[in-house]
Amino acid sequence: MTLMLRTEGLAKTFTLHLRGGMMLPVLSGIDLEVHAGECVVLSGPSGAGKSTLMRSLYGNYRAEAGRILVRHGGEMVDIASAEPRIVLAVRRETLGYVSQFLRVVPRVSTLDIVADELITRGRDPAAAAVLLSRLNIPRRLHDIPPATFSGGEQQRVNLARGFIAGHPILLLDEPTASLDAENRAVVVEMIREAKQRGTAIVAICHDAEVRDAIADRLFPLTPAREAA
Amino acid sequence: MTLLSARGLSLRFGAIPALVDVDVDLWQGEVLAIVGESGSGKTTLLNVLSGRVTPDAGHVFYRDPHGLEHDVHAMPSPALRTLHRSDWGFVHQDPRQNLRMNVSAGGNVGERLMARGARHYGNIRAEAIDWLTQVEIDASRVDDLPRTFSGGMLQRLQIARTLVTHPRLVFMDEPTGGLDVSVQARLLDLIRTLVARLGIAAVLVTHDIAVARLLAHRIAVMQRGRIVETGLTDQVLDDPQHAYTQLLVSSVLQA
Ligand SMILES: Nc1ncnc2c1ncn2[C@@H]1O[C@H](COP(=O)(O)OP(=O)(O)OP(=O)(O)O)[C@@H](O)[C@H]1O
Ligand SMILES: Nc1ncnc2c1ncn2[C@@H]1O[C@H](COP(=O)(O)OP(=O)(O)OP(=O)(O)O)[C@@H](O)[C@H]1O
Ligand SMILES: [Mg+2]
Ligand SMILES: [Mg+2]
Repeated sequence: MTLMLRTEGLAKTFTLHLRGGMMLPVLSGIDLEVHAGECVVLSGPSGAGKSTLMRSLYGNYRAEAGRILVRHGGEMVDIASAEPRIVLAVRRETLGYVSQFLRVVPRVSTLDIVADELITRGRDPAAAAVLLSRLNIPRRLHDIPPATFSGGEQQRVNLARGFIAGHPILLLDEPTASLDAENRAVVVEMIREAKQRGTAIVAICHDAEVRDAIADRLFPLTPAREAA
Repeated sequence: MTLLSARGLSLRFGAIPALVDVDVDLWQGEVLAIVGESGSGKTTLLNVLSGRVTPDAGHVFYRDPHGLEHDVHAMPSPALRTLHRSDWGFVHQDPRQNLRMNVSAGGNVGERLMARGARHYGNIRAEAIDWLTQVEIDASRVDDLPRTFSGGMLQRLQIARTLVTHPRLVFMDEPTGGLDVSVQARLLDLIRTLVARLGIAAVLVTHDIAVARLLAHRIAVMQRGRIVETGLTDQVLDDPQHAYTQLLVSSVLQA
């Protein structure tokens, strides 16, 4: 199986300058490997650093030490040291991320949020409406910006946006947290299909049933000791 | 290759260090936001990058469409003026600084085309109307004077006047400052769409972190004339490293 993502000695400590320079060690010595077609679920108690690790993989948090190698167009790119425009290119072509909460541009309609992902890649935007409908976002909501949507509806828009482009690597932070059973089943099915296409997936998922359905492997994280 | 690159820029106004050893790189199609508190040197940096103010030390290099590099502050002034009319655009916080208030809206847009050599009146007028529509100004206002426009409309007119010549690089100083929040949102939307569609590179000065998050690929944080932190926009805002950036980010509600 093709190695899609590997971290080597990844570490992250937050320095809180507004708290007198307090150091908050969260991750250290993280060696994670994810292959094509595999779903690895990050596990561990609240505060263990699951979201921090995922954000570091995406380049949203800055790694303090170590490397984050991502297979991008045939070569391994180190997200931890790449220039911003390279990170943006990796995000466009290779690395998708569904955050726990939807963050969108104000005034942009639900359909456009998802269709833009296709248009900016020079592809037919028609698939956007289909995927939204599959996630049970009815057509009458497609023209409305999601700002006024319920939590579950917003999360499904977020998932549609994250899945539509078919990135080879997907990072999913609590993809089913605020969904009902019917929509959870849709998302589980979408994750299965993505794996079959060879997508490498890293997920955070508290729901044991969903986790059992999608995980090939768990990657346990333990909370680092808080130092002064 | 970089479009614009500055090295070692310094400038003092008497005892005030407005720029201290500033480096900037801008790539084609990239939007760089300059953020920082009032008086930190943002406007000064924009003016020096665009050749409008000469630094005490340092250089600014611009690469033209033929790949030739120009030392912006060593260029003869006619050449710099030509650059400002063709490859570059400047969007001021106060649109009155850029617009000609005694010339019609259509004339304000068409003038830039004429300055670039367009001569056919019908084409110029058609393109002016097309741009007014793109910035959501009704075509029926084409012959009206700017002084009959609202603040938000003036700003949109300035944007049409600036973008009509398809500049490769646009300098913007607080383009949504002084407008009320709903007008601001619409204008930001417009700038975001146009800049992305035309693939324009931009240096955007703003004190509003939400504006930077919406529009910029990269961000540079200034404090007392220095760039104290720079990087990918969402990384700098979500995981700020420098004490000043942490303070800046923590003092806004939700960006
Ligand atoms: N931007 C940040 N700045 C400072 N500290 C942070 C930041 N992000 C996360 N942390 C800290 O890092 C630690 C790990 O947080 P993280 O969100 O990664 O936990 P988690 O494992 O995802 O927990 P949960 O299951 O509750 O979502 C926490 O102590 C948190 O406060
Ligand atoms: N022409 C000038 N003569 C003297 N001092 C100047 C001049 N231009 C700027 N300064 C000073 O240089 C410093 C930086 O000014 P600048 O206008 O670049 O700040 P800024 O970051 O754009 O602030 P703001 O957010 O308030 O617009 C300020 O202390 C200002 O008073
Ligand atoms: Mg979390
Ligand atoms: Mg200023």
